[in-house]
Amino acid sequence: MKIAVCIKRVPEMDVTFKIAPTGKAVDETGLKWDMSDFDGYAVEAALQLTEKAGTGEVHVISLGPDVVQETLRKALSMGVAKAVQLKCDTVPFDAYAIGTALAAELKDGGYDLIMFGKMSIDGANGVTQFVVAELLGLPLVHACSKLEIADGKGSARREIEGGGELVSFALPAIVSIDEGIARPRYPSLKGIMAAKRKPLEVRPAQLGEVRLTVETMELPPPRAAGRIIGEGAAAVPELVALLQNEAKVL
Amino acid sequence: MPNVLVFAEARGGELRKVALEAVTAARRVADQVGGDVHVVLVGAPGIAGRASALAEYGADLVVVSEHPGFANYAPEATTAFVAERVKGGDYRAVIFSASQQGKDLAPRTAARLQQAIATDVTSFEVGADAVTVTHPGYTGKVVQTLRLVGTPAIVSLRPGAVSPVAKAGAGRTESVSPSMDPAAGRVVVTETILGDTKTLDLGEAPVIISGGRGLKAAEHFKLVEDLAAAFGNAAVGATRAVTDEGWRPHSDQIGQTGRLVSPDLYVALGISGAIQHLAGMRTSKCIVAINKDKEAPIFKVADYGIVGDVFDVVPALTAAVQQARQSSN
Repeated sequence: MKIAVCIKRVPEMDVTFKIAPTGKAVDETGLKWDMSDFDGYAVEAALQLTEKAGTGEVHVISLGPDVVQETLRKALSMGVAKAVQLKCDTVPFDAYAIGTALAAELKDGGYDLIMFGKMSIDGANGVTQFVVAELLGLPLVHACSKLEIADGKGSARREIEGGGELVSFALPAIVSIDEGIARPRYPSLKGIMAAKRKPLEVRPAQLGEVRLTVETMELPPPRAAGRIIGEGAAAVPELVALLQNEAKVL
Repeated sequence: MPNVLVFAEARGGELRKVALEAVTAARRVADQVGGDVHVVLVGAPGIAGRASALAEYGADLVVVSEHPGFANYAPEATTAFVAERVKGGDYRAVIFSASQQGKDLAPRTAARLQQAIATDVTSFEVGADAVTVTHPGYTGKVVQTLRLVGTPAIVSLRPGAVSPVAKAGAGRTESVSPSMDPAAGRVVVTETILGDTKTLDLGEAPVIISGGRGLKAAEHFKLVEDLAAAFGNAAVGATRAVTDEGWRPHSDQIGQTGRLVSPDLYVALGISGAIQHLAGMRTSKCIVAINKDKEAPIFKVADYGIVGDVFDVVPALTAAVQQARQSSN
């Protein structure tokens, strides 16, 4: 089984962001970067599928400037066989532009399965995989929290509000991965050493047209400072009164 | 005439609240640009009976497709059906809900039409040559204003971002057969599993009662459930620590990697307020926190906080809420 996973380099989120002087991006000073959360689950799920099958290999693709090679190396050190950088100076915000470049790379790859995280944790759009599926004419299952491949067919579970959907699909296919499927493994020292000898190919990204752009980026207005109304069960009557008369939610 | 098309989400033969939110948003745009609101509604036979409810919220035309294969979500047939309606009309904007289904259907439709899409938007403005939307990113820590060019503009609207407002539309209906067999796609939903139907869904409940590690064990979630039951219109949520422990299912997780919610009232019980959790609930209209650690970060975002042991305070609160609701009935 041959699997490709498309991954994105994103800032780690446990910080307070600042806005860059352009007003259109976050200030990157001092940020730490890693593979987007859901992409990490996808890489892990792909590795587990090939390990379970006992055959096949996993490739990763990332689009962007040379700094994405760090993210690709991490995937290689987790056990991925080959990495491809689709080189461009800046990553556009528009999924159609990105998806066009990814589709061109994936088209003749002979992949049984192409995987994505369900969305990037920074842009939070969740659209790129749909563009690739449409351009390649492949079936797609979005936001899988469980995934099995057997006898050339796939089955998955998608989370919905208050439940889930069981989905069956034909291969080759595209799947995007939700949380709950697999915790990404930490690269072992052996894996990190092995990654240095694995192929990392660099090609120019053939980006599509951009029709969705970021006009401004702002920090959300802070919530008004909280108010502690009391201690213990004795404060309950006042809370109930406030919920009824001030917040009007009871 | 520049009309607006809406996809109205239904499940189990009933409209979901997000459908009325989307129609409300569409009505506002249509009134602004001087067009009509057209609504697509698909479902198992019988769904046409729900068209009148859509008209109450502003639908001028409801295009209904009934087919047994629409009983479960049929991604490919629904995409084909919506895309054909878009191509066959003069639409300035197409509005979906950014529900779990809409997060699948909206980008499918946009990709099919090769149009730009803005997802999970909290507001949008239709201008002369572009549509401008606000879209939270970076786990809700940044608000991005996006500009979409091309007609029609496709957006999915974050659940809860717009409250349904009744405003009658003309309410004509048109029945159309699906353009492909919903059961014959390459991707088929074979079963829709719903949890306990007595509890409201996190995305639709006006009140969410959420529990954290401070509850100490799965069985103590009875306290959370009892308080939810006292409100009567509440869903139960949990932190990632709780779902990782297996005390609650993953689908209950509120936070950066789980559900993003903004109910009218969010009650956090035994929740410290880790950044990952705050990312999922900080846009709630009113936040109440009960925690024994007065330094817990949750108190910084809570409108009302009580410092105390959840095992003392919550039963008292449950009783008080029950009493308050009884006396107001």
